[in-house]
Amino acid sequence: MTTLDPASTDQSPTTGRGAARRGTGTRATRLVGIGAIVSLAWLIAFGLGFSPADRDQKESVRILYVHVPTIWLAYLAFIVTAVSSAMYLFTKKKSLGWDRAAGASAEIGVTFVAVTLAVGAMWGRLTWGVFWQWDARLTTTALLFVTYVGYLAVRRLGGSHHQRAKRSAVLGMIAVVEIPLVHFSVRMWRSLHQEATVANLDGDTKMDGLMLFSLFVGVIAFTFLYVWLMLHRTRSMALEDLLEERGLDHALMERRAESAENPTTQYSTIQNSTIGRDA
Amino acid sequence: MEDAGFILGSYALTFGAVALFAWRSIRSGKRLAEQVPDEDKYWV
Repeated sequence: MTTLDPASTDQSPTTGRGAARRGTGTRATRLVGIGAIVSLAWLIAFGLGFSPADRDQKESVRILYVHVPTIWLAYLAFIVTAVSSAMYLFTKKKSLGWDRAAGASAEIGVTFVAVTLAVGAMWGRLTWGVFWQWDARLTTTALLFVTYVGYLAVRRLGGSHHQRAKRSAVLGMIAVVEIPLVHFSVRMWRSLHQEATVANLDGDTKMDGLMLFSLFVGVIAFTFLYVWLMLHRTRSMALEDLLEERGLDHALMERRAESAENPTTQYSTIQNSTIGRDA
Repeated sequence: MEDAGFILGSYALTFGAVALFAWRSIRSGKRLAEQVPDEDKYWV
């Protein structure tokens, strides 16, 4: 039996508190979660402890071990949003699972870009002496953030699940073209922001081994975190959609039952309101 | 460590933001899972 009332006292294993304890977690999510916690602990150890200070940036280089992985994972999240959107639009089945994956990935991406911007402002304060500059890289990243906040707002507009999926899929595929604009902005325009050290086109990474390793640990940690969040968020979105659908079905059933019980209700309501208006 | 406030603050902000997002996702998942039978959860 499906329980629509959150205050239900049903204690059966399939609904109620037994099911709530399980929530959206499984053994796989627990394993990925443990991987995320362990690698984040490594990131703290290497980022704040073992890695050396930079010759020019000094200790502020430590901020880059969270700043760089978060923007890389945000790029990945938005690419997943675009690919999932394309899968929804161009496959015959039109599975809402693709739409939910697109939405969940965009939510995580927006969180990561927000972190990148905030942490980058701190790094900028230490390195450039200011929190913010209307520089090409910073401005295009802020634009990327605003675009995807808009994407999430569009997902919340009214309509059926498929209407939501269709319009957000179109937006998700258009918005992704901003990523190369952000990444190559430092080359296309004169920029205060440094050029890519690792993900550059020359393939020549001029970085100390321990610094590169710390960055690598950061990428691993945030990848685990991304996968873990994706699994939980897509599942809770599936539950939201299911309950919304059932709520609608429930309301329709109630309305039909009401009409069947008293077929003249609707007519007399209209008649009364007409009389009221005439009076 | 020089500039420890900004450096530690950046790590705290990162972990805080991610933890908040994770906590909200888990909490909403648990709340919604209470209202849906297991047979309708594709991951169970």
